[in-house]
Amino acid sequence: MEHLAFDVAHMLAGGMVLVSFMLLYQDRMYGLLNVFALHALVLSLSVAWEALVQGAPHLYITAAIALIVKAIIIPLALRRIVQRLNIHRTVETVVGIGPTMLAGIGLVALSMALMLQVTAEADALARQDIAFALSVILLGLLMMVSRRNAVGQVVGLMSIENGLILAAAGAKGMPLVVEISVAFSVLVAFMVIGIFLFRIRERFDTVDLHALDSFRGDRQ
Amino acid sequence: MSAALVLLWCVAALLAIGFLAIALIRLSATTRVVYMASFVVCATAFTVALTHLIGKATSASTLVLPLGLPWLGANFRLDMLSALFLVVVNLGGAAASLYGLGYGRHETAPARVLPFFPAFLAAMNLVVLADDAYTFLLSWEFMSLSSWALVMSHHREQDNTRAGYIYLVMASFGTLALLLAFGLLASPSGDYGFAMIRAGTPAPWISGLVLGLILLGAGSKAGLVPLHVWLPLAHPAAPSHVSALMSGVMTKVAVYGFIRIVFDLLGPPAWWWSTVVLTLGGATAVLGVLYALMQHDLKRLLAYHTVENIGIIFIGLGLALAFEANGLAAAAALALTAALFHVFNHALFKSLLFFGAGAVLTATGERDMERLGGLIHRMPLTAFAFLAGSVAISALPPLNGFVSEWLTFQAILISPELPQWGLRLLVPAVGAMLALSAALAAACFVKAFGITFLGRCRSPAAERAQEVDRFSLATMFAFVALCLLAGIFPGFIIDAMAPVTQALVGARMPAQAAVPWLSIVPIAEARSSYNGLLVFLFIVSSATFAAVAIHRLASRKVRRAPAWDCGFPDPNPATQYTAGSFAQPIRRVFGPQVFLAREQVSMPPPGDTRPARLRVQLRDLVWDTLYAPIEGFIGLAADWLNVLQFLTIRRYLTLVFVALVALLLVLALWR
Repeated sequence: MEHLAFDVAHMLAGGMVLVSFMLLYQDRMYGLLNVFALHALVLSLSVAWEALVQGAPHLYITAAIALIVKAIIIPLALRRIVQRLNIHRTVETVVGIGPTMLAGIGLVALSMALMLQVTAEADALARQDIAFALSVILLGLLMMVSRRNAVGQVVGLMSIENGLILAAAGAKGMPLVVEISVAFSVLVAFMVIGIFLFRIRERFDTVDLHALDSFRGDRQ
Repeated sequence: MSAALVLLWCVAALLAIGFLAIALIRLSATTRVVYMASFVVCATAFTVALTHLIGKATSASTLVLPLGLPWLGANFRLDMLSALFLVVVNLGGAAASLYGLGYGRHETAPARVLPFFPAFLAAMNLVVLADDAYTFLLSWEFMSLSSWALVMSHHREQDNTRAGYIYLVMASFGTLALLLAFGLLASPSGDYGFAMIRAGTPAPWISGLVLGLILLGAGSKAGLVPLHVWLPLAHPAAPSHVSALMSGVMTKVAVYGFIRIVFDLLGPPAWWWSTVVLTLGGATAVLGVLYALMQHDLKRLLAYHTVENIGIIFIGLGLALAFEANGLAAAAALALTAALFHVFNHALFKSLLFFGAGAVLTATGERDMERLGGLIHRMPLTAFAFLAGSVAISALPPLNGFVSEWLTFQAILISPELPQWGLRLLVPAVGAMLALSAALAAACFVKAFGITFLGRCRSPAAERAQEVDRFSLATMFAFVALCLLAGIFPGFIIDAMAPVTQALVGARMPAQAAVPWLSIVPIAEARSSYNGLLVFLFIVSSATFAAVAIHRLASRKVRRAPAWDCGFPDPNPATQYTAGSFAQPIRRVFGPQVFLAREQVSMPPPGDTRPARLRVQLRDLVWDTLYAPIEGFIGLAADWLNVLQFLTIRRYLTLVFVALVALLLVLALWR
């Protein structure tokens, strides 16, 4: 049983890293949203498994939030935004897919090498979880950096947040996990609503970040 | 109630007075109430500290308040050293408050002075009382900021904002250096209490580093060359009684910081430390007085003299370090006593001189000496007090300045007993610099007093001058009396300092109370002794005798006649000797090297009736070689980094991302 618990947790956390890679090479808007929903789904499974293994029922709340808010509501909301604003259906990237994937592999290697080294005393499950979580966070950052599109960046930010919750759930006995996940969800919801309310397209006629830069008042 | 508790109540009372001043700022009586209350509180604190010092209380009085860092609290301790400095701080504070009763009435913006004045006094008391690094640094920074607010009280006047800005930059830099020093001192245990720091002995390279940082931190506050640049700008910019506090007292708090850390916390000194301190002290003394000679602004001249006197104090401290490192405890006690005595003396006469300058400023509205003159007829009492202060600061017997500089020289004369050749060569050189600075200081005060008070009035403002109010005069004459008493009865003060040196260097000077006829004997009767009372009586009696003899034997009449005018009777006061002409010989001697001075005479061509003009250009070498490059570099770096203000959002994210990955890489590779 002990062995099985470890293997399943390992598989689910590894699955998140895999889905993060899938996020990296999406070049269609709807595809991106679908994969993000998958990312959140895997997260919720992983957290639910942790809840079962650790015997910590409060983690089920976090899993439920991940499932309902991030796997269902937010992707649907973003999909509506994309439809209403009639954004280009393709996601423009700064660097090509190939180099981005290579950089992603490097980042995963870095986080593995670092985390396994740093957390030598922690128990095996937490070690793996934290190493995977760091990979997910770095891949999310890479995604934010390599997209020109505001929706792409929001998705990147949310995948970073998923990584943080994975780390928090994996560390046994970490306090305030539920509260943190609620707070993050509210934050992300506000950002999504913010994009929607601002109706970037109406004001600036584009969702491309370059257009935002030209409206900054402090440029001289 | 323990002494430390009483003193903390005094601090609390001072802070309360500050808040009261804010609340009652609209009432006209507030000025009087604030200064009166500050005077009472400072006098109380002075009495408590003096009782602790004289009473030779066997144990230090400590107190812990549940403030500050949660695991540490705010620790306060009153030992002999802090008692001595509290005496100095509160004596200066009480005098400045009393002076402020009169001077403060002419204040144009009392709301900018009254709340900060008691807060500044409270901060200085707190620094001296603090017994852990956190409380010390917090009080230190509070002291800097409250004095900065006072410097900026007349912020509309020309140059004051620049003075305040430079002061703020130098003060933060000094606090940063002190912060790093305490960080190094507390490193092994991570405990910031002074008791724990005192118990540990840091590695030699760490103590060397700490010494350097302390010299930067406390030295910049005290005004050691080359960190003195803010001092002659900031001290004169404040109202005069605050200038007196800053010059007379706050620099002493900085000296306290140096003594507390180097002599008390840092463990046994290495002999090479003293070479650094001595060199800096000697350079500070000579450069300070040379800069002072070139000034024609009365308050700025006094501020530069503070730099000089800090140099003299640091010479004493350097000697004490040298002797202590070589196990010559008695000699170390002599040098340390000389330094501490000079701390006390300088607080007295520099406050007195700033009070005098403030009186001149009130009466005439002028600080520029070239527009003063002849004030001795209009303000005879102020003139007398200023003259007494000038005599004291010029180290002439029988006043107090002579005693401490004489003691410093006595310590220099023991230097052949030092085993290191480097020190044996350095100390006499520093002694020569001390002698030079003493002589130049006398020249400088002949100029300051002569141009300001003697001769004929150089401006209508000086002609209209009137004697100042009785509070200012009372304060000045109280300090004149103290200068005289400290000069003719130095033995009592030396004995009062004995427990301080006993605690710091493990020895004390011979008890002076036992010496007959009130003489002082630093080492042994056979070597040297000084009797201030005898000198005083001799000067008084010979002067009286000469005056009586002249009036009896030559002429009884007092005759007023024009001064000798080289045969050209010219009614214009501009033909008098000026401050600039007084300084010219010394400028000619030292100018080319120290100030890169250039004199230019522009002669009109024959037939032209324009007057010929002499232009003198002085440059500040310290500013040019040290500060200007730093300023230029910071400007360049700021221009260069300015690009970062205008990046796109994605580039900012990229920066964060790259920085994160780089830090993770460092962590991965380094471990």
